[in-house]
Amino acid sequence: MAVVCPHRISIITGHYGTGKTEFAVNLALSMVQTHSRVMLADLDIVNPYFRSREKRELLEAAGVELITSSPACSDADVPSLPAELLAILQNRDITGILDIGGDPVGARVLARFRPRLLEEDHQLIYVLNANRPEVREAEAAIRYLRGIESTTGLTCTGIVNNTHLCGETTPGEIRKGAALAADVSRRTGIPVLCHVAEERFAAALSDLPDPVFPITIRMKKPWE
Amino acid sequence: MEKELWKGNEAIAEAAIRAGCNCFFGYPITPQSEVPEYMSVHLPQAGGVFVQSESEIAAINMVYGAAGAGMRAMTSSSSPGISLKQEGISYLAGAEVPCVIVNCMRGGPGLGTIQPSQGDYFQATRGGGNGDYRTVVLAPSNVQETVDFVQEAFDIADQYRNPVMIVCDGLIGQMMEPIEWHPVPKRDLPPKDWAASGRKGRDHHNVINSLYMAPEDCDRHNQHLEEKYAAIAENETRWEEVDCQDAEVIITAYGTPARIALTALETLQAQGLKAGLFRPITLWPFPWKALRRVAERPSVKAFLDVEMSSSGQMLDDVRLAVEGRRPVRYLGHAGGVMPTVEEMAESVKAVWKEVQ
Repeated sequence: MAVVCPHRISIITGHYGTGKTEFAVNLALSMVQTHSRVMLADLDIVNPYFRSREKRELLEAAGVELITSSPACSDADVPSLPAELLAILQNRDITGILDIGGDPVGARVLARFRPRLLEEDHQLIYVLNANRPEVREAEAAIRYLRGIESTTGLTCTGIVNNTHLCGETTPGEIRKGAALAADVSRRTGIPVLCHVAEERFAAALSDLPDPVFPITIRMKKPWE
Repeated sequence: MEKELWKGNEAIAEAAIRAGCNCFFGYPITPQSEVPEYMSVHLPQAGGVFVQSESEIAAINMVYGAAGAGMRAMTSSSSPGISLKQEGISYLAGAEVPCVIVNCMRGGPGLGTIQPSQGDYFQATRGGGNGDYRTVVLAPSNVQETVDFVQEAFDIADQYRNPVMIVCDGLIGQMMEPIEWHPVPKRDLPPKDWAASGRKGRDHHNVINSLYMAPEDCDRHNQHLEEKYAAIAENETRWEEVDCQDAEVIITAYGTPARIALTALETLQAQGLKAGLFRPITLWPFPWKALRRVAERPSVKAFLDVEMSSSGQMLDDVRLAVEGRRPVRYLGHAGGVMPTVEEMAESVKAVWKEVQ
């Protein structure tokens, strides 16, 4: 997926519940096939459940190095950050993905790393899901986007359409999201990087103007 | 109606606003903090009042005051916070003040974990506070049901002048699911002519109180409550049966384990084993009669109760309903560990072998 995220550090942000972690995990599994060293950092200090650390086994088996807060803190809802995160920021041989918590509140973790990130080849990505009621209108989606930018002091340079309805997703849902992403893109000048779609929908969406990023659902519920 | 993707906790808050909740009082605790967070933004926009109280005890007593004045009031918390509210809940029940309380359960005892659990069944159904009282306890097993039940809970509370509790485990509060905002049944509710909201030309003051100086008066009041609880048991008991008709082994489960059970049933039925699910939807009143009828069916050989609790709490009610007619076995985990589809299917098979 070098075309979608060609930068050394991909920072995944967005309104909470848009599917940032699903995208981050799939992006890491995709990148590890073409990059020598891929690290995924779980920096979500907002959400206690459904975090990328739950996929440690899968990620590590695939060769992705997963960085999370220490095991002692991993189930404590305290905003502790892993020291190993600095490896991504400082070691330019590493391709890094930062999985950030939802909303401007979750993005606050990035603010302290702003000076460092500005020196690195990075991309702040805004994940959008048109089925999330608080970001389904372009205006509201842009308000969250600007909030994340102002909290982090970084500039967003890519939109990812991750519109889904869990098990009830259809290509039509993804197209609805594509229209919203296009609207947000037109109003902000920020390009749409890709449309996230399960493998089975990818062919039906090949006419979309931007690339389709095919994924396999990894963040499953216990009955799935 | 178009479906939307909602997180359980924010959907709980939105459902309450749509049900006409005027006042929310709460204090943050994982895994339910999105409820007060959402309320803090959206309830004032809808003309209501949000207060982040100084503690859970303060929150439930604010509910007591606001609901006593006739407002639709609500609080939410997670297990240790619900423990703190117990005195207030007893007072609300004693004074017959309607309100809605949400418990998004986490591991215990004490601070336990922040992961999903069902260790508060006894607390919810037996009453963690003092005295002979009951709260209506609704246990949704997905986000859609949670949204529907929260809205209905306000009507149930007002109809019976009684606290109604929604118990969901942390997973339901934290997960994202597609839902639709369809109309929920609305009840024909009596006027709140008992509320302490000003004299308004009446010949008497309304008083919200749970104190009785004369033992005979308190006894009479308890009798009245008892009659009310009997009416609730008669009218409000809910449950769901899935493939119970010719099942040999029946899983009893509520909330998330019931959801996991549905997948386990698919596995078992594919292997030719006749298994079903009996899911209590009201934990109090528990569907004793319905479960008893199931236990009396000749096809039924045994029950497997599954909970996110170490030794089982609903298990007591299952046994009370089955009355020894069939063996009742148990599978459970506590502290935030959820039963898997595989182990549930294996346990059903083990129970089935045992009764052959």
